[in-house]
Amino acid sequence: MSLRNPLARARGLGSAKEGTLHWVGQRVSALALIPLTLWFVYSVLLVMHGGYEQARTWMHAPLVAVLLVIFIGTAFYHAYLGLQMVIEDYVHGAWSKFGSLIVIKFICVLVALSGIFAVLRIAFGG
Amino acid sequence: MATDNRPTSPHIGIYRWQITMTMSILHRATGIALAVGSLALVYWFIATAMGPASYATAHTLFGSWLGQLLMWGWTFSLFYHLCNGIRHLFWDAGKGFEIKDLYASGYTVWVVALGLTVLTVVLAYMKGGAA
Repeated sequence: MSLRNPLARARGLGSAKEGTLHWVGQRVSALALIPLTLWFVYSVLLVMHGGYEQARTWMHAPLVAVLLVIFIGTAFYHAYLGLQMVIEDYVHGAWSKFGSLIVIKFICVLVALSGIFAVLRIAFGG
Repeated sequence: MATDNRPTSPHIGIYRWQITMTMSILHRATGIALAVGSLALVYWFIATAMGPASYATAHTLFGSWLGQLLMWGWTFSLFYHLCNGIRHLFWDAGKGFEIKDLYASGYTVWVVALGLTVLTVVLAYMKGGAA
């Protein structure tokens, strides 16, 4: 236990500096996801009954592949920022907090890159 | 520490129920649901990349009763989070903070989100067959 008051302990450490980037990033990705999500849902409704061939043909088109890569990347970036906030709000143990943050980040990167790889494989494949 | 016994803001447990707080909680809940749903989304991309057999397996899974139930849930979560997210963006721009506006935008979110969910589900089933 320290006899110094919280302000004295915080003084001189500077601001956390990364809060604004988190806030802006969450909103900008949200903005990008509005048209991307509507486009994705609409497209899936169009191709979902066409079976394997139609789904593949759809993902094979360059514009679709590019938009899908952007969609996956933006969605997982937005998801990570949101999940990070949830963890920071409810998980308070030092180890459990940083542990779950790291696990969530690893999962997001792994799954997002797997999805992007799958799309590119179809896009560049025959 | 001298500051430990300072009064804190009222705890959620003593609040009277309000639609606004339900919507706030639901925004976070649907966000978490969508994060889980994005795993299913990527699974669909991977299954498509792997070939017809794994694509068929994915469609059998998504077409099962549990798969359908999850798809409805994710569809609603998506539209709710999207509509309420736009509501949040307006707040971030400093607009819509009057109590009257809060309720008006809140009910609008419910109507639009449920409407889009029903529309999507109907369109998904229209040409027959499961998702």
